Amino acid sequence: MKAGRTWAWLTFAAGTAYFFIPLIATLEFSMRMRRGIYSFDAYQVVLGDVRFQQTFGYSVLVSIFTILLGVLIVVPAAYWIRLKMPYLRPVVEFITLLPLIIPAIVIVFGYIRMYGSNSPLPFLATARGTDLLLIIGYATLALPYMYRAVDTGLRTIDVRTLTEAAQILGAGWATIIARIILPNVLIAVLSGAFLTFAIVIGEFTMASLLNRPAFGPYLQNIGANRAYEPAALAVIAFAITWGCMSVIQVLSRFAPKSANQPN
Amino acid sequence: MADAFLNIQSVKNDYGATTVVQDFNLGVEAGEFVSFLGPSGCGKTTVLRIVAGFETPSAGAIMVGGRDVTNLKPNQRNIGMVFQAYALFPNLTVAQNIGFGLKVAGVPRAEANARVAEMLDIIRLPEFGGRYPYQLSGGQQQRVALARALAPKPKLLLLDEPLSALDAKVRVSLREEIRSIQKKLGITTVFVTHDQEEALSISDRIVVMYGGKAEQIGTPFEIYNRPATRFVANFVGTLNVLEGTVTDAAAGKVRVGESEIVLKQPLSDAKAGATLSLALRPEAISLGRRPGHDSSLSGLISDVSFLGSVIRIRVDLGKNAISLDTFNSPATPPPTVGDKAVVNFAASDLLVLAV
Repeated sequence: MKAGRTWAWLTFAAGTAYFFIPLIATLEFSMRMRRGIYSFDAYQVVLGDVRFQQTFGYSVLVSIFTILLGVLIVVPAAYWIRLKMPYLRPVVEFITLLPLIIPAIVIVFGYIRMYGSNSPLPFLATARGTDLLLIIGYATLALPYMYRAVDTGLRTIDVRTLTEAAQILGAGWATIIARIILPNVLIAVLSGAFLTFAIVIGEFTMASLLNRPAFGPYLQNIGANRAYEPAALAVIAFAITWGCMSVIQVLSRFAPKSANQPN
Repeated sequence: MADAFLNIQSVKNDYGATTVVQDFNLGVEAGEFVSFLGPSGCGKTTVLRIVAGFETPSAGAIMVGGRDVTNLKPNQRNIGMVFQAYALFPNLTVAQNIGFGLKVAGVPRAEANARVAEMLDIIRLPEFGGRYPYQLSGGQQQRVALARALAPKPKLLLLDEPLSALDAKVRVSLREEIRSIQKKLGITTVFVTHDQEEALSISDRIVVMYGGKAEQIGTPFEIYNRPATRFVANFVGTLNVLEGTVTDAAAGKVRVGESEIVLKQPLSDAKAGATLSLALRPEAISLGRRPGHDSSLSGLISDVSFLGSVIRIRVDLGKNAISLDTFNSPATPPPTVGDKAVVNFAASDLLVLAV
């Protein structure tokens, strides 16, 4: 028993070291821009860079639209599958996993071939069209996370009975989804939204190949040409991701408590 | 039946090759409280869901107030429904839950608020409007569900086993409350239950269902005292079934064990020598002689169960056995197992079972 406990602690310590040592090393390196002393000079340079502000602002905006598109597609789809076509769940789950299997570069090359300026749907002919295509691409990349988050949220409520209760009171489908289903899975939707945000903020392949001024290509560009700033950016990106995760944890405490599970 | 407020006409429902409801007919008068009673899987909830519009019948029609609603969606039928699992919206307060149907219908806010307050008074929870469902007990949640169903003034109220998830004491008080509110509002109500005591205590009429069919439709008194089939007799209340042999059909004479019983009516459909099932309620039997108890059977006491105010005694009669109830009396000790006993009853209380 005691030996088992020691091994458990050793494994935990090894895992912690594996995760935190590179992070601490990166943080330490990012603060060595000024010779001889630790400083936040690299952070000041990065945060003061106009391109940082522009690319970060662009990626935040794109992530918001990606989240909206994801919610509009995933919530009704996951709800409908749970309510009317539960036999399709394995198929849909498999489809939502495809973005994890198919590399982003394959998807974006497909887009470039399909939606070039000579195609019937010339998304790439204009900057706005390309932005739209980027948002669609990001929504696809975020699908595995968004679908699972929403599906897990739907599992915690009695979808069928709540739907029937709303229907018999005169509600139509739009009212049921907007006023009953969505508010009850809002925390799950927010979880999916923050995961989507974290993906979009750091994504490089799609933004780079579609030639959009996103944060991912900026990170890559800085990394290739500077010494201390990439380390500062890595720490900032890490902080943003962890901030998103923390917000998910905090929000999950406010999830509506179900009335459908009698004590 | 043609003039009934709710008319369920020749309804049939199939799930693939399985027929769940077969040729179901029922007329419910305006203001009537009708219960569907039956074991799990008998089709009672399916019929209710067909009336609500959640299931489409394979054949037949549903008429409400003279209007054919068979092909209408649930949200077009103006029917209220209370579910077994309460189904309150967890994200809305009690008042918002009750007012949901009114808001969907576009009722002006002041009018809706007044109706919500009225409903909260009716269910005796006037202080609970601001609470969320998870802050209420099961009984309170179900009262809110009832108020929510009644708030839009539906033409018909459907109750799908609304008391099943509650504990015994709350169940009794809430069923009385449901009945009292139903009588006060005069709303036509269909109640689904598998609990015979619930059905017997609050219904104007009961539909006993088995195998997707209505076995018997009648008042609680009729269902209990004059069960039409063996299933109804066995399902509703405790029943002794005695196997006998017809000795003289015209005179209504039947041999049960060593004794001969003379029924009050001739057995027109039976022939001498035919086997017959006779049913007798435990409360219709006594151990001692009582006025009106004109028939008797002899046997040995095989079991004595003390149930508090009542003692249930089982008497072995050879091929048959009979259970009877006597009131507990502190002055008279209960009989002991192995004692000889003569059970007495009125021949008029014997039911000849059709099946």
